[in-house]
Amino acid sequence: MVQQLKWQLCTVVEIRQETPKAKSLILDWPERTTHLAGQHVDVRLTAEDGYQAQRSYSIASPPGEKHLMLTVERIDDGEVSPYLTDGLRVGDRLELRGPIGGYFVWDARNGGTDGSTLFLAAGGSGIAPLMSMIRHRASTGNKVPTRLLYSSRSYEEVIYREELDRLSAHDPTLRVIHTLTRRRPANWMGYGRRIDRAMLADTAWPPAEKPLAFTCGPTAFVETVATHLGELGYESGRIKTERFGPTGG
Amino acid sequence: MAEQFIARGFKGRARDTDRARRERIPPGQYETKEFPVLSAGPTPQTPIERWDFSIYAEVAEQLKWTWDEFQRLPRETMTVDIHCVTKWSKLDTLWTGVSVDTLLAGIDLDAQPSIRYLIAFCDGGYTTNLPLADVRGGRAWVVYEFDSKPLDPVHGGPARLLVPHLYFWKSAKWVRGFKLVREDRPGFWESVGYHNYGDPWKEQRYAGD
Repeated sequence: MVQQLKWQLCTVVEIRQETPKAKSLILDWPERTTHLAGQHVDVRLTAEDGYQAQRSYSIASPPGEKHLMLTVERIDDGEVSPYLTDGLRVGDRLELRGPIGGYFVWDARNGGTDGSTLFLAAGGSGIAPLMSMIRHRASTGNKVPTRLLYSSRSYEEVIYREELDRLSAHDPTLRVIHTLTRRRPANWMGYGRRIDRAMLADTAWPPAEKPLAFTCGPTAFVETVATHLGELGYESGRIKTERFGPTGG
Repeated sequence: MAEQFIARGFKGRARDTDRARRERIPPGQYETKEFPVLSAGPTPQTPIERWDFSIYAEVAEQLKWTWDEFQRLPRETMTVDIHCVTKWSKLDTLWTGVSVDTLLAGIDLDAQPSIRYLIAFCDGGYTTNLPLADVRGGRAWVVYEFDSKPLDPVHGGPARLLVPHLYFWKSAKWVRGFKLVREDRPGFWESVGYHNYGDPWKEQRYAGD
């Protein structure tokens, strides 16, 4: 019999402002079990009158780290995310359970033996579970050739920008390609439009290499990526998708 | 957890003043007016000319309908509440399709009492498992219209299963048929940590719940 995932308390040890709208919560979770890169947790908030709200958040930290990182983008009319980004303070406790999900996951050990190249496509805060994979890859010394195509509204809204710059600067097998869809710095040399078929044809690994693809972001973004990768010749069973709905609040 | 942990300062949204409506939302769920999309991979593109629906039973003969034949089966329109394991619930959704009772009418299930489970299989390789009892007696349909319009492929069109009393992953998108079997075996999500049965009122989200 499988053990039930129990609700457990963790403590906020650090809050990091990633972008104007996104914060990372660094959590001490004494009772947690090891997660896989790509998995999520459920967060539960209980009000004084017993009312409860639950939401799922992807884990952004890699397996094996002391603390767990969740990155939360504030949804203005959301119910849970404004509490997490505005209400929570260092030292507060938070109730969660997990890790959850066994499909949208990448394990460096399997990735290593499988040998296939990795193509990651992130839309906005959909970067979180893919960042767990990139960090996991870095911390285990895995050198599976990896490309990340990352769509953000503006330069200021690129989450983990400096860390991605640093990781790719030191690792020739990791390439990070940005596209900025709304505003671009004056000297911007990268893509400046929403992800489309031509951009995927330019940046994704050739299908003959049997790459493994993960894409996470808003529904329309994920639909675009998955559909075009399929048309470019990616096997549908090797395109793994995770969507952040408009009501993910 | 024995005592409830109160999240300091959390108030939540204004509670729906309509008590009857509030009571239709299972524990841990919230109501949405939108229709979020969730699936594990790309949306399959199956042309109607190549669509068919099959039922395989271990003993009985196979049943098969083309798209046109399926459209001529008696149709039902129903309004139901749906509950996704990712926490959203949507009330009063309007669907049109064929009752699973109608589809199973050609098979003498009473003569084969050992057949107790149904595996729905789909374009894209997705499967989900259900007790046969849960899809009989007017509790499940194969639907091809949502809100009186053809079902959008991102929501499972041309046709999806609809089993509103269980979490919505059991309402498999892009369904192409059923296998009727003696032994239960976990489907796609049921194999990767999700609950085997998935009753939203008992909050059976994950294995072990």
